[in-house]
Amino acid sequence: MNFEHVDGKDKGKITLYALSTCIWCKETKDLLSDLGAKYDYAYVDLLKGNDREVAIEQVKHYNPSCSFPTLIIGDKCIVGYKEKEIKEALKV
Amino acid sequence: MNEQEMPNDAEVINFIERLEKEARQGGYDLNQNKEFTRGLAKGLLINERRYGYLSCPCRLAVNEREKDLDIICPCYYRDPDLAEYGACYCALYVSRDIARGQKELSPVPERRIPFEKRTKLDLTGADISGSIKLSVPVWRCLVCGYLCGRDTPPELCPICKASKDRFERFL
Ligand code: SF4
Repeated sequence: MNFEHVDGKDKGKITLYALSTCIWCKETKDLLSDLGAKYDYAYVDLLKGNDREVAIEQVKHYNPSCSFPTLIIGDKCIVGYKEKEIKEALKV
Repeated sequence: MNEQEMPNDAEVINFIERLEKEARQGGYDLNQNKEFTRGLAKGLLINERRYGYLSCPCRLAVNEREKDLDIICPCYYRDPDLAEYGACYCALYVSRDIARGQKELSPVPERRIPFEKRTKLDLTGADISGSIKLSVPVWRCLVCGYLCGRDTPPELCPICKASKDRFERFL
């Protein structure tokens, strides 16, 4: 499946699973952008067919409740908009 | 996202007015952060167009009413989350303290159990099937807890306006 790319400084591999209608997902995206990090994201609610299944499986692998935002920074998974944890994981 | 899904500003404003009125009538408070509430209201309207019901903007809908019934706004989890965390999962509804700025909003963890793992007991917390005799069944609104004894649930909950299919047989 394809992710959207947002350019910025390379702070390791960052993947965000989000919903296009979710305000906390938006806050998370804005925070990553404010921090100038390069990241990939997918709006799972807009995916169709196989891409959607694959994305849901990936989210469940890290976060069995399949809630959003699910943010993967390196091998760390942060569920929900947790500003402090995100900043810590990005060492800012 | 396709254009048809995008509600315009007037629709969003009207919808917020409706939410505010209903919240006031029911004794609830909306998040006072206008930009935030606008974002959520817009998300709800997008979902209404997409799925045909106001599915929670911060949760993934499966696009089958029966499976998404618990997350139609206001969801079944609003009241317990307000009581425990002072906000619903999306923070569209907040406790009075938070609405007045006397307390900070903090993230609300997801309490919803995935559909495939849910049992009847997760919703009602009780199973007394067959143990008592009643002249009419008792129905419970899964959104607000309203109880009524009659042959069928009402078309709309007189308290929170939840639809008939969001009632369960309680007793
Ligand atoms: S009450 Fe809050 S958490 Fe529940 S569906 Fe509505 S916006 Fe989402």
